[in-house]
Amino acid sequence: MAEILVLVDHTDGVVRKPTLELLTLARRLGEPSAVFLGRDADSATEALGRYGAHKVYVVDAPEVDELLVTPAVDALTQIAENTGPAAILLPSNPDGKETAARVALRLESGLITDAVDIVVGGNGPVTEQSAFAATYQVTAHVTRGIPVITVKPNAAAPEPAPVTPEIEKWDVTFGPASAAAKVLSRSPRERGDRPELTEADVVVSGGRGVNGAENFAVIERVADTLGAAVGASRAAVDAGWYPHSHQVGQTGTQVSPQLYLAAGISGAIQHRAGMQTSKTIVAVNKDQDAPIFELADYGVVGDLFQVLPQLVEEIERRRS
Amino acid sequence: MKHVPDATADRTFTEEGETDRESVDSLLSELDEYAVEQALRIAESGVDAEISYLTVGPDDAKDALRKALAMGGDSATHVSDEDIEGSDAFGTSLVLARAIERHGFDLVLCGMASTDGTMGVVPALLAERLGVPAVTHVEELTVEDGTVTGRREGDSATVRVRGTLPAVVSVTDRSGDARYPSFKGIMAAKKKPLETLDLANLGIDAGQVGRTGARSAVDTATRRPPRSKGEIVADDGVGGAGLAAFLTARKFA
Repeated sequence: MAEILVLVDHTDGVVRKPTLELLTLARRLGEPSAVFLGRDADSATEALGRYGAHKVYVVDAPEVDELLVTPAVDALTQIAENTGPAAILLPSNPDGKETAARVALRLESGLITDAVDIVVGGNGPVTEQSAFAATYQVTAHVTRGIPVITVKPNAAAPEPAPVTPEIEKWDVTFGPASAAAKVLSRSPRERGDRPELTEADVVVSGGRGVNGAENFAVIERVADTLGAAVGASRAAVDAGWYPHSHQVGQTGTQVSPQLYLAAGISGAIQHRAGMQTSKTIVAVNKDQDAPIFELADYGVVGDLFQVLPQLVEEIERRRS
Repeated sequence: MKHVPDATADRTFTEEGETDRESVDSLLSELDEYAVEQALRIAESGVDAEISYLTVGPDDAKDALRKALAMGGDSATHVSDEDIEGSDAFGTSLVLARAIERHGFDLVLCGMASTDGTMGVVPALLAERLGVPAVTHVEELTVEDGTVTGRREGDSATVRVRGTLPAVVSVTDRSGDARYPSFKGIMAAKKKPLETLDLANLGIDAGQVGRTGARSAVDTATRRPPRSKGEIVADDGVGGAGLAAFLTARKFA
């Protein structure tokens, strides 16, 4: 069966959910092999095997932490040159996309970024992407070399398919450090109890209508009731009411959850580009002409400070 | 610099699955304005700098260069050739890399992505082709003593990175508000040198770029059906309870 390489996204050996989604998609195309860079491969192996990784290539070298992006490029290129995989899948985040592009350039292969689905086609994998603020749906395929594809979070639900992976340690020859950006420091972002924005099934976002940093507690309360991540519009972030890492939009994080609840967000094109592919969209806004209502499956024209607390109260009442 | 269809307009694809550049007005990609701004700030900080802009595209892509020149800077290069049409990121980055090498450089500044294709891979491809460090996606950058240092906000961590010059840097929309061109700037831009090059000038064969050189192909590009009209209710005092009922029915609560 054709081998499919999957680059593992992890924090200290804890495999992130988009990687499990990649393994699930890879199984449609062939037999997934995970490529793990860094220490703590042992703790990751179990999770990778549970989602169907037959092999785990482990690259543990100081360069992995010291340099930005290029160690993953060297590793993936050299493993691909030796194993001749049928495709290479990576997560669609800045590091993943840059790695993918450089690997494709070196392998003289084609690249597709930001896929939201992959299916088997007559000429290799066929991808689906969203374009122009999600107003278009595009299918495409790679026409040269080994298809290199980056996939957005939530493109597939992770499905377990347990196997015991074979571990293969790789000695990678790293390119000259002078042609790389050096990592001076890494400060992990403090993780709260809420799910991560990119991975969450439900996202509750606040915008200009929240009108103040302290008022975001209203948004957080709804998020916690629904087990959701908190998002914010660019206006709210620019006003300093919520951290930039939570910005949903074209230049922030692009999300595609099962449910997106937008409160006090008018729905400018840049915001819509970041959330328009959400499965169910709910909007609460005082302005009945807000463009967000054009997308909403359910909308409440009203004051979010009235509607949201009542929503929480009612959900809690129904639960008790 | 990239000249792109206005992101606020209704953008469409041609039958060949390429961006339709005829149907809507194009302008300088908003995300590239942040790169212009950073270049101007570096020059204003007292570094002896010459700022030159570069774009690849049809004739009217010159407008993007004029806009950048109106913000500030010294000169511009426009690479235009019929055979470039239909290029993917690999073809585009080849043209850009050759033009950059021809000109010579200490620092290549880019926006984090274009607002049309949104791949965000050209800066990394340029670094790969030029064999120099890539300090990408930074929100804050410092150029001193032959190095460039940047702060990068990742999904799970804040990373500080440094590259030695020459280097490629891409900046996000958090790097600092871009200035508006002044009337004086707009007038001055008309007099600044703007050079036009084609593939022959850069020693690139037509087969390496354009549709022939592209390494992927669009099979279909279809407009998503508009979302079916949802239920919009005015809050008459029980809007929150109604929303709770909707979320419960959809099994979200």
